[in-house]
Amino acid sequence: MSDRLTVAKTYKLYIGGKFPRSESGRSYPVADAKGTFLANAAQGSRKDARDAVAAARKAFDAWSGATAYNRGQVLYRVAEVLEGRREQFISEVATSEGVPAKKAQSLVDTAIDRWVWYAGWTDKIAAVLGSSNPVAGPYFSFSTPEPTGVVAVLAPQQSSLLGLVSVIAPVIASGNTCVVITSQDRPLPAITLSEVLATSDVPGGVVNIITGRTAEIAPWLASHADVNALDLTGAPDSLRADLERAAAGTVKRVLRTKPNEDFTATPDMSRLRAYLETKTVWHPMGV
Amino acid sequence: MWEYAPAPESRDIANLKPSYKMFVDGKFVEGTGEPLKTVNPATEEVLAEVSTASQSDVDTAVKAARKAYDRVWSKMPGSERAKYIYRIARQIQERGRELAVLESLDNGKPIKESRDVDVPTAASHFFYHAGWADKLGYAGYGPDPQPLGVAGQVIPWNFPLLMAAWKIAPALACGNTVVLKPAETTPLTALVLADVIQQCDLPPGVVNIIPGAGDVGAALVGHEDVNKVAFTGSTDVGKVIQGRLAGTSKKLTLELGGKAANIVFDDAPLDQAVEGIVNGIFFNQGHVCCAGSRLLVQESIADELVEKLHARVSTLRVGDPLDKNTDVGAINSREQLTRIKELTESGDAEGAQRWTSSCPLPDKGFFFAPTVFSNVSQAMRIAREEIFGPVLSVLTFRTPEEAVAKANNTPYGLSAGIWTEKGSRILWMAQRMRAGVVWSNTFNRFDPTAPFGGYQESGFGREGGRTGLEAYLDV
Repeated sequence: MSDRLTVAKTYKLYIGGKFPRSESGRSYPVADAKGTFLANAAQGSRKDARDAVAAARKAFDAWSGATAYNRGQVLYRVAEVLEGRREQFISEVATSEGVPAKKAQSLVDTAIDRWVWYAGWTDKIAAVLGSSNPVAGPYFSFSTPEPTGVVAVLAPQQSSLLGLVSVIAPVIASGNTCVVITSQDRPLPAITLSEVLATSDVPGGVVNIITGRTAEIAPWLASHADVNALDLTGAPDSLRADLERAAAGTVKRVLRTKPNEDFTATPDMSRLRAYLETKTVWHPMGV
Repeated sequence: MWEYAPAPESRDIANLKPSYKMFVDGKFVEGTGEPLKTVNPATEEVLAEVSTASQSDVDTAVKAARKAYDRVWSKMPGSERAKYIYRIARQIQERGRELAVLESLDNGKPIKESRDVDVPTAASHFFYHAGWADKLGYAGYGPDPQPLGVAGQVIPWNFPLLMAAWKIAPALACGNTVVLKPAETTPLTALVLADVIQQCDLPPGVVNIIPGAGDVGAALVGHEDVNKVAFTGSTDVGKVIQGRLAGTSKKLTLELGGKAANIVFDDAPLDQAVEGIVNGIFFNQGHVCCAGSRLLVQESIADELVEKLHARVSTLRVGDPLDKNTDVGAINSREQLTRIKELTESGDAEGAQRWTSSCPLPDKGFFFAPTVFSNVSQAMRIAREEIFGPVLSVLTFRTPEEAVAKANNTPYGLSAGIWTEKGSRILWMAQRMRAGVVWSNTFNRFDPTAPFGGYQESGFGREGGRTGLEAYLDV
């Protein structure tokens, strides 16, 4: 056994493509499933959340305006880079979730494959959800799905990587940008994932990741006027109704998920649909 | 200006009755709420007394809808549901003249609009959705998508029959049963629709119609046995409903207010654009959530366009809704007229330049002359708030980028208009509009096959088209 001292990583936030500490200067200890100390994670604040929303809004025009082919390649690139760091994620997921290596392996593999699945959707959503409308008059009318904007995502509390990927990928596949609050007690795979995103051609600000207390930060995102949609997946039960009420103040689209969602199952289109608007365009026909 | 002799449609065609009852469990019954008197806004005369629902009547109606859902409607093959809905479409066509005259009496809208838009489009919504009832497996929500159960629906006063059709037709096609509350000031055509539904022999309880004010709507959307809530109305009330449903499992769709930009570029065909602008804001007295209430004109043509617009608006005939020559009818209620006056006064106070059509107005009834404000800035209330009346605010822009920024500078996002001869610019602009419906070189077109609904604070969910079915399916 080597007597070399390992270099421990400082786990920080991921906002606007950069890795800042929380502006609050706070951190909180993160332990493995058995309670052994792993690291100090940044304890994100209201201001961090607002910075993240600003970064997500700034990134929205370019990301939603990118071609679907381009977004598909970027998401596929995430799978490629994740595959290259597979061993690291297996170890982190096993430690964070307290599952055996074999189970962790299968969770990571499914997470990689999930990026591939959503990468393939980017340039098919419009064909499947859009339409040419046979209106009763001399008009050309078509409807096309468009991203709703900035999505606040409360990531699942249990599934630290597969669950996280399963809630982020459908948001960004269609051109939305997001602010994610990670699992409170299992945040480390999320920060390592942000390193993957940062090196996979995902433009800065498209995904912003905040670690910390979900119950502290979520209300600020739920009421934020520049957030268009809210995914309640990882919200504490005691807070769900309050968050929905706050979201009503700016008519946000709210994804209420069923409890204990099975992220190992192949998803359907519902998470894609949750963050899509339909735009109908009309033009007269004539000579 | 041409002089026209009066050409009124006969009000006898409306078969107006002195009193109307609510429709619950297949029967017309007296509600136990305080009856309301519905008024003809063009004359201020009482048209009829209408019974309203109490809290316990809401409960009775929801129970009837639940029973009909459990025992009949959810078990019926889609092909049979389809035939009932087709029947409704046909009966609306057969009774179209009666419905149109009644709508104009109760709402104040010109007969040419109720006759040519409201009633035929209501029929077409039933006809379109009927066909979906046995084809839901092809709609893209899985092979056998299931209905939600009982739908509680609350609709506004601007398109009373048409909004009832937009709500009821997709709900029934998807296999849900319905309790619908029409607006307090315009309950009559929904109750004639109930008569149509009774004549079509729909199983009792599948559709229930309960008139009343906001408290009845609140009781309905809050009822614990309602699975789906659909609301069309103001953004303020929409927010209250969304907040009220927080923490429940009810599915919600909202179609709320708007402050649409109608954008005219310097290469637009100006005469056509003027027609579109007029249609965009003066159609239905401007009581339209997707009305083109903010005119954005490219600076170089602003003076010319506004001059043409004044000339055209001066020719609009304001008056008796039943006259076939009337272009702009009555404001739906005194309350709405007061709101329009208050907002336009804020326009004066904030320094906008008011122009009002010199058209004669009737001596009685609720009328407001078509009004155009120029020199409007984005900060003014008349540029930000939904006026819901025949009032247009004119702003200018220089570049397409500025037009996009100004058009999207609103918490709303229901519709937008673009006028230019350049095709690539239309598509470039349409892509950038944060709005659910974009009309290019046209305005205010509606069709059951074309999804309609808003971005942002104009609501969520769509009505019409394949996309609109999602609102009534458990998917």
